[in-house]
Amino acid sequence: MLEALSALLLLAGAGFYLAGTVGLLRFPDVYARLHALTKADNLGLGLTVLGLALQADSLAAALKLLLIWPLALAASATVSHAIARRAAGLGLKPWRPEEKRP
Amino acid sequence: MSAGLLYALAGVLLFALGLGGIVLLRHALRRILAFNVMGSGAFLVLVGLAQRDGGADPVPQAMVLTGIVVAVAATALALALLRRLPEDRP
Amino acid sequence: MNLLLDGLLVLALLWSAWRALASPDLARAVVLFIVFGLLMALAWARLNAPDIALAEAAIGAGLTGALLLDALGRLQPGTGAPAPESPAQPPANRAGRRWTGSVALVAGLLAAALAYALFQLPAPTVRLPEQVAANMAASGVDHPVTAVLLNFRGYDTLLEVAVLLIALIGLLTLGPAAGRPAAPGPANPLLKALARLLVPLMILSAGYLLWAGAHRPGGAFQAGALLAAAAVLLHLAQLLPAWASPGRLLRLGLAGGFLIFLGVAAALLAEGALLTYPPAQAGGLILLIEAGLTVSLGLILAGLFLLFAGAEERP
Repeated sequence: MLEALSALLLLAGAGFYLAGTVGLLRFPDVYARLHALTKADNLGLGLTVLGLALQADSLAAALKLLLIWPLALAASATVSHAIARRAAGLGLKPWRPEEKRP
Repeated sequence: MSAGLLYALAGVLLFALGLGGIVLLRHALRRILAFNVMGSGAFLVLVGLAQRDGGADPVPQAMVLTGIVVAVAATALALALLRRLPEDRP
Repeated sequence: MNLLLDGLLVLALLWSAWRALASPDLARAVVLFIVFGLLMALAWARLNAPDIALAEAAIGAGLTGALLLDALGRLQPGTGAPAPESPAQPPANRAGRRWTGSVALVAGLLAAALAYALFQLPAPTVRLPEQVAANMAASGVDHPVTAVLLNFRGYDTLLEVAVLLIALIGLLTLGPAAGRPAAPGPANPLLKALARLLVPLMILSAGYLLWAGAHRPGGAFQAGALLAAAAVLLHLAQLLPAWASPGRLLRLGLAGGFLIFLGVAAALLAEGALLTYPPAQAGGLILLIEAGLTVSLGLILAGLFLLFAGAEERP
């Protein structure tokens, strides 16, 4: 039961990672790519550590695994903000649907 | 083929790639990158070769652990020297 | 299945290294090199070397990446926008192409010869892992890599710390560079908040790694790398100034780990041999050396980034 739930969570996490990676490769500008990365990969990471925590040997190990998620969330939010701020500072305009894809 | 041997082979290829890079690349920063790729290749050969029959070998692992720290120190020194090169010759 | 995973990882390693060297855009090359460092950390984890994986993630990808990006910012100052840059390869003329081709040929032949040698190697006659395992009880620690680092091959580590110290002294003798000032800009408030949140946790984790090194992956090198990463983060959030010239206390901190190590080695020399600990005291002595090394390695590695990292002025 626990194994099946863990496998389900890991698969769902991998799916979100896949979606985030496709977005990173296919989206037209830096802001949209950041959107894909921060949304999908953060959820993918959460599901992955949750799935792994279910298989952990001890409660301490499970808690350590779960601690990874908020730390990565905080770091990824800061980094994406820094990248977006830099891009805006450089004058990069967000992509508009009527434009051709670069 | 064991995993250790596979990584040792990858290390050989990285070493040759880095060596070619050091000779061919013009930009000093790229040469520093190539030097680091060479180093990583040598580390992979050290550990991968020792573990080609499977099982962890702590002796090369300890050597490589210290080697990584020395490599970053060498990189920092090289970058500091790079900053002192004349402007027209980056 | 496992070999498939390893094969994919090896291909990714080779591809990222190739692109890091061949990419025409220097900024892209540096970022790909950081990706290469992270993939190396995964490779070490696959090779049952968690100690190296920890160090590679913190140093190979983290600290080296910060150093390279910093150097890149100084080489391409101003906007940081993708600047038009001369391609990695010289313009293709006949002689240039012939030169590139012959170097590639020689490197390829070297790789083939080395690969052939890998498969021809005789089985080792000395089984080092078994020797390490047989002597673990007398080493004072329970983790084989730590036992090799600080007991069986302690003199290697002693000299290696000396090499690090010499590298930092080399940086010091170079003095501040004449060059463009690194545009400081206003501090990112979010980064500041993140640094305030993460740095205490990083220091706590460094203490944990130091303690854990006695019986599981971890130890002075990883703990020191984490301390250095914390210092770099603080500097980037503009909470820690660059070092102009280290004062007396900082100099003591930089050299302290080496001096403690040397002191223990000298004291044991009086007992008979270099760094052969009496088994009863081995655990305590190793912890003492590692504690000193953690602080000193953290300061030295941080110094590689922080020394003269401040605004530079043209002479």
